[in-house]
Amino acid sequence: MPLISSFLILIMLIAALAALFFDNLLNSIIAAGLVSLIASVLFYFLKAPDVAMTEAAIGAGLTTAIFVLALYKTERGKSE
Amino acid sequence: MLNFLEEWSFFGGSILLILIGLYGVITRKNMIKILISLALMDTGVNLMLVALGYVKAANAPILNSVVQTNTAAFVDPIPQALVLTSIVIGTAVLGLGLALVIKIYDKFSTLDISKIRGLKW
Amino acid sequence: MKFRNFLALIIVAVFAFIIFQAFTIVPAAGEITINKFGQADLSNRTASRYINKNVNSDSKKVIYKESSNLESGSANIVTSVVANYRSFDTLGEITVLFLAAAGIAIVLNLEKSEKSRFAAKEASLILNTGIKIIFPLLLLAGAYIFIHGHLSPGGGFQGGAVIATAFLLKMLADYKFEIKEKSITLVESAAGIVFVGLGLYGLITRGSFLENFLATGTVGELFSGGTIAVIYTAIAFKVGAELTNIVKSLIEA
Repeated sequence: MPLISSFLILIMLIAALAALFFDNLLNSIIAAGLVSLIASVLFYFLKAPDVAMTEAAIGAGLTTAIFVLALYKTERGKSE
Repeated sequence: MLNFLEEWSFFGGSILLILIGLYGVITRKNMIKILISLALMDTGVNLMLVALGYVKAANAPILNSVVQTNTAAFVDPIPQALVLTSIVIGTAVLGLGLALVIKIYDKFSTLDISKIRGLKW
Repeated sequence: MKFRNFLALIIVAVFAFIIFQAFTIVPAAGEITINKFGQADLSNRTASRYINKNVNSDSKKVIYKESSNLESGSANIVTSVVANYRSFDTLGEITVLFLAAAGIAIVLNLEKSEKSRFAAKEASLILNTGIKIIFPLLLLAGAYIFIHGHLSPGGGFQGGAVIATAFLLKMLADYKFEIKEKSITLVESAAGIVFVGLGLYGLITRGSFLENFLATGTVGELFSGGTIAVIYTAIAFKVGAELTNIVKSLIEA
């Protein structure tokens, strides 16, 4: 169990760094969504199923959708 | 090695996530990237709060047909209740920030904060 | 440019030093510091009172599907904290959510610029049919999640978010689908009035705001927990309406 959770945390940190250093904004939004998704699995490991459901539904789902909407209202919407 | 990982992976991971978010907030110039960094910090803080209430080999705080009495060991339910509300507020506040970003883009047609007149950094 | 990154690294390092310092403090006698991972001691935390469902007196044993007429009859202890013991806190949180949703609507409608809706103009047959099937199923899943909030993981926040996701999908796929501003306002304010009204009724009949005044039933049954299920349903409608409003303003900006 410690090995699985530390592996997931490693992937989460890599995804967080990728979200900062990607040039393409859409890529970095998707990477931030991956961070939230892995965080929801980690909440499940910490015996917090309520928080895991909230993070999966709101953090990984709605937040990513809101970011993509805002991106297409600003930069992406004008160039295409 | 395994003991060290078990003891420090959650705390270390969440602290590193907070620090990565802080670095992003300070150095990035794109407004959407700054908001992404804030979301990362939010996730880190929530993860740390829940990890502080964890008890090894305890049950999730729900009585069911397997865990029938409240004399069994449970993890701390209070941080979970706090984090539950914090996640919802975090998303709503991010939405407010994104609405401001959309309005700023309408006015200056750029997402780069260093190109907006009147702001210097 | 390089100097700024260097400065940021220094600030982050100072911050990291301060946080790690908090983990290495050796507690003096009678002082409480951060516990080690996995060794939280619940016996001297408030949580033990909530788990025993007996805040005012000594601890009591609770048995699933047997004990009845408890202080808070919810099988899910997180729910009993959110919707019963600390529901005043939740009321404040809902207010913050409302203010954020109102702020987004105000900021995006400040001046009437040309508006373009972000949605599929000519959706394909597969998308249309898929949304027709998925939309009621998502609403049903959301309702299931918030109705069983006091028995299983889930509750008003998760159910409301699932309902808002259903409306988001519908708005993205169907260009002509419109939710009236009035209906969102109606649902949102009705749910708020129910929440505050329950609190005031508890204040009048039992003497403290949001006190549970219904019979709490047997732990683990669907009809148990007294006002918890009603409050969580109100929270679900309010959160669903507010998140739908946020998504709607962003789509139509």
